Amino acid sequence: MTATAGIRTVTFREAFREGLREALATDERVFLMGEDVGRYGGCFAVSQGLLEEFGEERVRDTPLSESAFVGAGIGAALGGTRPIVEIMTVNFALLALDQIVNNAATLRHMSGGQFSVPLVLRIPTGPGRQLGAQHSHTLEGWFAHVPGLRVVAPATHADARGMLAAALVDPDPVLIFEQIGLYGVRGELSVDAGPVDLDGAAVRQRGTDVSVVAYGGTLAPALDAAAELAAEGVSAEVVDLRALRPLDSSTVLESVSRTHRLVVVDNAWRSGGPGAEVVARVAELALDQLDAPVERVGAVEVPVPYPRHLEEAALPSASQVAAAARRAVG
Amino acid sequence: MTVAEFTMPALGADMTEGTVVEWLVSPGDEIRRGDVIAAVDTEKAVIDVECFESGVLGDILVDVGQKVPVGTPLAVIATDDAAAVPPSGASSPIPASEPARPGSPPSPERPATAVEPRVRSPLVRLRAAEAGIDLRRVPATGPGGRITQSDLDRVLQPPTLPHRISATPYARRLAAERGVDLATIQGSGRRGLVRARDLPRAAPAATRSPRPAAHADPRHATAQLMARSKREIPHYYLGAQVDLTDALDALRAHNRAIPVPDRVLPAALLLRAVALGLRAVPELNGHWIDDGFRPGDGVHLGVAVSLRGGGLAVPVLRDADALGLDALMRALADAGGRARAGHLRSSEVSGATATVTNLGELGVDTVVGVIHPPQVALIGIGAVRTRPWVVDGAVVPRAVVDISLAADHRASDGATGSRLLREIGRVLGQPDLLVGDDQVGDDEVGDDEDRRPR
Repeated sequence: MTATAGIRTVTFREAFREGLREALATDERVFLMGEDVGRYGGCFAVSQGLLEEFGEERVRDTPLSESAFVGAGIGAALGGTRPIVEIMTVNFALLALDQIVNNAATLRHMSGGQFSVPLVLRIPTGPGRQLGAQHSHTLEGWFAHVPGLRVVAPATHADARGMLAAALVDPDPVLIFEQIGLYGVRGELSVDAGPVDLDGAAVRQRGTDVSVVAYGGTLAPALDAAAELAAEGVSAEVVDLRALRPLDSSTVLESVSRTHRLVVVDNAWRSGGPGAEVVARVAELALDQLDAPVERVGAVEVPVPYPRHLEEAALPSASQVAAAARRAVG
Repeated sequence: MTVAEFTMPALGADMTEGTVVEWLVSPGDEIRRGDVIAAVDTEKAVIDVECFESGVLGDILVDVGQKVPVGTPLAVIATDDAAAVPPSGASSPIPASEPARPGSPPSPERPATAVEPRVRSPLVRLRAAEAGIDLRRVPATGPGGRITQSDLDRVLQPPTLPHRISATPYARRLAAERGVDLATIQGSGRRGLVRARDLPRAAPAATRSPRPAAHADPRHATAQLMARSKREIPHYYLGAQVDLTDALDALRAHNRAIPVPDRVLPAALLLRAVALGLRAVPELNGHWIDDGFRPGDGVHLGVAVSLRGGGLAVPVLRDADALGLDALMRALADAGGRARAGHLRSSEVSGATATVTNLGELGVDTVVGVIHPPQVALIGIGAVRTRPWVVDGAVVPRAVVDISLAADHRASDGATGSRLLREIGRVLGQPDLLVGDDQVGDDEVGDDEDRRPR
């Protein structure tokens, strides 16, 4: 960590860890559990040092059974604690879908509001590097489909640092999807960074010619594309969705109403993904603002390939975003 | 010389018999192994059958249309040497002495350019037969040269979609706000797509005008116009009841002869009568501008259409007096549909020389209308009702409609107005004038929506 005039440079990993440490330190009801989060320091080293700092009661290693320990987290949340459950990656979250979708998401509604499940799930997502198709999924869109869940995708260091605190305050289950590819990426963070609002998209860069809507792992390529486009005289506005559920339509609609062109960048396969929902809402609510067909960028619709060059070719890139924006601006 | 038999092939595991539907060669023709020499209907498809021998075709043993079991000899092929087997039948189309003519010109039914489809489904065959289409002239796009239903549709119904302007939704919205006719704009996008940048900039005042508010309230435009009409125009009103029975009988007869989607509603019949009436009384067809009457350059009928969200749209049927009844019906249906969908072009709502408002469908008997400035006449039509009517001294039930005229007293007097009503009544009493001469206007309006096969 380096610091200059209230700003320091941290990795996403450090930003997430800072949020965890603050949560454990400020609220006794908070505890962290998951596979290898304790002694090993977390599969991606996010929770490194927390076991030593907070002890085994607060940082708990679990057996390799996602269904069991997510269920235990739901029970603990119902019992009055504030569990933070880490699922090693979203690939393994599929083993806990029943707990998440059938229990966590529904109990408030099925109990007529008598019970709530103040559970936070931290779920690393997205491709790493050459991990194979079954370990490279990007499935946050699946969870965003489910009412009763709140789904966020921090794409900046400030959101990585501050979303956890807001999630713990929420009385209902919140799923924080952490981009595996971002953990080591450095960025600036204010020394007094703290909790952030969970709701609402954010305009990360102002522009006038085309709105580029991204989230999670696609914000960086979107911003890179915007820089590339700026050099060509195309002014791209970059919108970071931040939350996939509830989805903030108004920020997107407001942006499209100014630029009249839309590029949606999905983290994953386009079919039925969050980007498709964004496009649908624009079509519903602001069709007459569109001056060009909507452009979509996303992963190639194949299981993520193992060979490095094919893996790179399958994932959305800044150059694809820039090309889509050029088509839209025409 | 060896003689081989060309037999009905088994063209599928479950095929037990087949029908020869076409011979592609004639006795005496030289044929080569692999040549398609006949087409066989297997009940599943018509399949072109190739032969497995080279030689000269001798007698054809099974005629077109005959159904025979698999394995039945269909023809005789003389193989091994070039000697022709003289066809024995006296009725053979080729003289016995005529040698095989390799490369002989194809028969007239088989133009050299026609691609011979290998498979046609029974459905395609049936439809082609019903429509009298030669399948060899249908370009095939299906796998393996199959003619698909779509291929057939393209021949039966060449695309006759009305020309639709290609414009982005935003450009459409801006054009509507700025009163720009998109048809006049050259698009700069792909395939001429009109985009916002292609539209002329709005006048500075227009951009700040309260147009969106006016747009949001469909009553606004109507309110302004009608208030102006009643403020400025000294209206006079006339009405007449017209016996519509004969005209409706003629319309029913007309409709019986045409496909259901093309059938003509009484509203179109009445419109045509009004259009012909206005042609006969031009003093009521035009505009009052700058204290003077300017006759219209044609009978352009505005047709009042009430919108679901409230308010009125008045699409204009240009040169309505020149449109035949069918063409007028199509124009009316098209304009009415698009008016309700909000898709009228600005050119289609301006330039009316008189307006017709028909409230009969809503159960109104009599319309006393308000003129649409700067026009000088509004013709109102009520409901067609069966009423006791005196014909030749006897009371009989007749279909009767109330037709009214609201006219501008600056431009005409009651006598002129009564002439128009009389003329409309006269035309409606002579249905031949309405229903008969349909061809008059069809060509003039470039009717390209003929749904029948050509």
